[in-house]
Amino acid sequence: MISKTINLTLKVWRQNRGEKKGRLETYSAKNISVDMSFLEMLDVVNEELTKNKKETIAFDHDCREGICGMCGAVVNGRPHGHEKETTLCQLHMRHFSDGDIIVIEPWRARAFPLIKDLVVDRSALDNIIQAGGFISVNAGGAPDANALPISKEIAEAAFNAAACIGCGACVAACPNASAMLFVSAKVSQFALLPQGRPEAARRARTMVRMMDQCGFGNCSNETECEAECPKGISISNIARLNREFLKAEFS
Amino acid sequence: MNWFLNMLRTSIGKKLLMALTGLFFSIFLVIHLLGNLTLYGGKDLFLSYVDHLHALGPLIHVAEIGLLTFAAIHVSTGLFLFLQNLQARPIRYTVDKRGGGRTIGSATMPYTGVLIIIFVAIHLSNFHFIDHSRQTVFQAIDATFHMVPYIFFYIAAVIIVAIHVSHGFWSLFQTLGANHPKYMPAIKGIGFIFSLLVAVGFGFIPVYVSFIM
Ligand code: HEM
Ligand code: SF4
Ligand code: FES
Repeated sequence: MISKTINLTLKVWRQNRGEKKGRLETYSAKNISVDMSFLEMLDVVNEELTKNKKETIAFDHDCREGICGMCGAVVNGRPHGHEKETTLCQLHMRHFSDGDIIVIEPWRARAFPLIKDLVVDRSALDNIIQAGGFISVNAGGAPDANALPISKEIAEAAFNAAACIGCGACVAACPNASAMLFVSAKVSQFALLPQGRPEAARRARTMVRMMDQCGFGNCSNETECEAECPKGISISNIARLNREFLKAEFS
Repeated sequence: MNWFLNMLRTSIGKKLLMALTGLFFSIFLVIHLLGNLTLYGGKDLFLSYVDHLHALGPLIHVAEIGLLTFAAIHVSTGLFLFLQNLQARPIRYTVDKRGGGRTIGSATMPYTGVLIIIFVAIHLSNFHFIDHSRQTVFQAIDATFHMVPYIFFYIAAVIIVAIHVSHGFWSLFQTLGANHPKYMPAIKGIGFIFSLLVAVGFGFIPVYVSFIM
């Protein structure tokens, strides 16, 4: 079966390594199958560029199944595109129409310096994890089932927070380029479970300070992060982070 | 004391300042509105309210100093956060669309804030910093609200305050960590009704004073 194809005009942010300024350049994407993902569409454009001996468009990707957090670009003003709870690799071209003009830009934040084209350096998120996003005890082998009773509600809330893939779309979406949704998810996944409690106070304090130090903006509760997060991380996690942080500071 | 200042320097610490001072001003708005409602009871009821208020003596001065201090904290921290947030994204998006989170209130906090402080200055010079030996507060209100442009100015100002608290009210609870699926819808609802009451309650006063009274 031959699937439907569409033709698109892309305006892609191009900026070489070390270049101070970038620019939007126009490309045409022809005969794009609507069954392709957004990244596969970019692959097609890149093959065409290679054939014409032109520099390919650099973009990050790895798993291409929405679980690794490597991909991401701002598509027509929306991080990971306009589909709800979808990573760029899982955004399919059937959500676009023939003749569409698509503007593709990298995540924009002072804390995410641009490497090349659509690729930004998200090490700041790693620095935040290194500041406290872990448990220091040796967990040993898997414990007996129900040895540590945890209610279904708590387990689910922790699991939902742990669904964060660290893609940085929340930072890209936030009008203030704040990383609070990411940090709140990472703090919550530990703070909710007994294994994470002993270090909860120190974790909240060090991770928030590292977040500030990395040059992210401050949270204004705009809730754009929640609207754009591909994993549906809730801002109730941000409230939990505020609680954990203030509790830790005042005790 | 050191730990406290250190905490206030963090992003969440500064937000705590905004939330606590914002809560204080929200409570002030409620009290101010309740007091002003006496205007609907006529000149005598209003003037007796003013007398009772002034009879509080030193308490009034304490409240004024409190308001002034909190205003200084709210305004300076708010502007500092605004500038810091601008710097956090040095290169803007060519195409920037919302995902559905932002509201008119949340997107305009620093701008409505600055307009509020300008309004408060004019408001105080009209009704507070006047020669109280030559006229009662009621006479000042009566005279001011008979200038039609001032009525429009006043109504616009209270609508701006309402827009500020339409985001500010629920936001302060989120900042303080009070976001619970059971209560958040109610907090948001109360915030919406509160901002509506502020706009209508204050906004109707000049209309009442100059056209109905
Ligand atoms: C009637 C007077 C005012 C009231 C009731 C009020 C109330 C509030 C409340 C409740 C918040 C939310 C705090 C939070 O999110 O935790 C807030 C935030 C804010 N206010 Fe006000 N405010 C008033 C006047 C002002 C003034 C005069 C300014 C002057 C610049 C201002 C600037 C701001 C800014 C910039 C924020 C956002 C801070 C942020 O989230 O980054 N406000 N206000
Ligand atoms: S909170 Fe959501 S948007 Fe932010 S890094 Fe995690 S998965 Fe990405
Ligand atoms: S490439 Fe792994 S989440 Fe998109």
